[in-house]
Amino acid sequence: MELKSVDWLIMLLYFAFVLGIGFALKRYMKTSKDFFQAGRALPAWICGLAFISANLGAQEVLGMGASGAKYGLETAHFYGIGAIPAMIFVGIFMMPFYYGSKARSVPEFLRLRFDEKTRAFNACTFAVMTVFSSGISMYAMARLIQILHVFDSIFLSHGWPLQGIFTVSIVISAIIVLVYIFLGGLTSAIYNEVLQFAIIVAGFFPLVFLGLRNVGGWQGLKASLPDAYMHGLGHASTNPMGVDAIGMGMGLGFVLGAGYWCTDFLVIQRAMATPDMDSARRVPLIAAIPKMFFPFLVIVPGLIAISLPTPHTTETVTRGADGAIIHNIQVVAPQIEQGKGIVPAKMNPVTGKPMLTASGRPLLDYDMATPNMLLHYFPTGLLGLGLTALLASFMSGMAGNVTAFNTVFTYDIYQSYINKRASDHHYLVIGRWATVVGILLSIGTAYGAIAFNNIMDTLQLVFSFVNAPLFATFLLGMFWKRTTGHGAFAGLIAGTSAAMLHHGLTLPIEATPGIHGGWLAVIHHYPSDMAQNFWGAIFAFSANFIVTILVSLVTKPKPDSELVGLVHSLTPKPETGPIIWWKRPETLAVGILVVFVALSIFFA
Amino acid sequence: MNLDLRIPMGLMFSLIGVILAAFGLATRSTPELYEKSLGINMNLWWGIVLLIFGQIMFHMGRRSQKRLEKLPPPTASSDSTPRLGH
Repeated sequence: MELKSVDWLIMLLYFAFVLGIGFALKRYMKTSKDFFQAGRALPAWICGLAFISANLGAQEVLGMGASGAKYGLETAHFYGIGAIPAMIFVGIFMMPFYYGSKARSVPEFLRLRFDEKTRAFNACTFAVMTVFSSGISMYAMARLIQILHVFDSIFLSHGWPLQGIFTVSIVISAIIVLVYIFLGGLTSAIYNEVLQFAIIVAGFFPLVFLGLRNVGGWQGLKASLPDAYMHGLGHASTNPMGVDAIGMGMGLGFVLGAGYWCTDFLVIQRAMATPDMDSARRVPLIAAIPKMFFPFLVIVPGLIAISLPTPHTTETVTRGADGAIIHNIQVVAPQIEQGKGIVPAKMNPVTGKPMLTASGRPLLDYDMATPNMLLHYFPTGLLGLGLTALLASFMSGMAGNVTAFNTVFTYDIYQSYINKRASDHHYLVIGRWATVVGILLSIGTAYGAIAFNNIMDTLQLVFSFVNAPLFATFLLGMFWKRTTGHGAFAGLIAGTSAAMLHHGLTLPIEATPGIHGGWLAVIHHYPSDMAQNFWGAIFAFSANFIVTILVSLVTKPKPDSELVGLVHSLTPKPETGPIIWWKRPETLAVGILVVFVALSIFFA
Repeated sequence: MNLDLRIPMGLMFSLIGVILAAFGLATRSTPELYEKSLGINMNLWWGIVLLIFGQIMFHMGRRSQKRLEKLPPPTASSDSTPRLGH
């Protein structure tokens, strides 16, 4: 990538503002409530955009482009069905309990509702997950910078070794995130997430515009891609993902989606930064609006990338003026030639040949779909903006995880077990140091990812084991007063174990046993690892659900008086006051649902 | 009272818009640069769009900040009342 001064100028400007916001907000950070909960003073629209932006780490921006290139438009359904109903559910039905309980974090809610050990299980697994996620974002960003040769010219002109690029990328990104969170806490993170969201839109909108214009609009795109790419679900054997509607609906929509959107403190934290219950309920709903439309911005580039003509080595023979025969050979690297569209093939670094799938075709490096699109269409100037958008998405992933970590660590680990009676200012200081420690641990993870090839995949796997059963616990906890702490704890263990067992016993068709499953024995094959994922989630959820109910029935629940405000049947309807019907959260929810269903049908 | 986010956001997009538009203006007679973007001077056009967006945000933020500043200062019991902010 050849970056000129104007590109660097735009990038530096963006980072100057990111840091500047941190500095500007420092003076408002007086109490731990300011630092960890943004003083519960931010309006719903800001929290709504931060809610979705915290989720849009580069994993999503690049990953959706990669999925679009690999599976087609169905990816949009995948993200929609997984997210939109869950977001509506958490906003309307679960937020009253999260916000009303005055819990300062999701683990704290679990302690109020259940008991200490349930909180401990959730706090510890969550803390570990956030640190690892942040580290993975850092690693992925540094790798991308390396692959796109962003810093190469600078390093070469100063005579610095190119191997240092990785470290420099990690250190710079770590310092930037550390500074603005250390200074401005959650408010700073939220403000920057909204900024990041805006810049991602600013960077990707022209890409989709140019790409669609180039391939002949939506109709042109449809014409150049296989039919399955542009249509939604259909039967398992006909859609590229190999998942039938039930598997997708249940597995993804209900379990995985809800497991994340309804219980993950990373996003819930942003909804709880609002001043009142109605705003809190509205936050996930507001977030659902861009969530429905944003995928087009990041998935369509993937579709376009794979539909463009694949460059081939060409040889043209012409006759020169003096009668000589001239062979003009345009050589295209095998990596590009063996790819599809502008998605390159994955090369085996040892043999120099493309890696092959089990069926003998070149394995494509789908993650490069979106970056290559940026390089393909953006002139200098806009390229700087595009690259900044990409880097911004990595950083919002990191920052979200770090704020979630420092809050859970300070309130649920430090305050609960280490130092219960310190001053508020003490916890503020601890929070700042937790931020430093969190970032250092993330850096460690990023370096670990170099040493262990499969670490990213392994971690995602572990997260899915932990996340999948969570929703059952919250569902039962909030809507069935008979659920007990023992039940919840047993259910969580059962669900996580079920997820692990399922993974150990099944294998997707094109994979070998190991990280993709089947490490115990292979008793079932799935058409794709997505399908395996979904069904694993269903098993985990069910195991948790059943075990929680059974154990709860034989253990003693908390008395009703302690559960007021925490369980649906014991909570008075939220006081909404005299609001016009169209301003109520429920109306917004219905509106979103209608638009979502319309979109799904239109693009099905 | 918090800083209204629309102010720095508006400022940033205005500046980025100005930079892109100025660069687009300066390079409008070099077609090779815009071969990639199908001959369209995206720098100029998108720069203008971002500048407009940035200005709208900035002025919305300033107006809201001024309106909040005109309100009477909050009462001393600031623990119970949530500090409103944008």
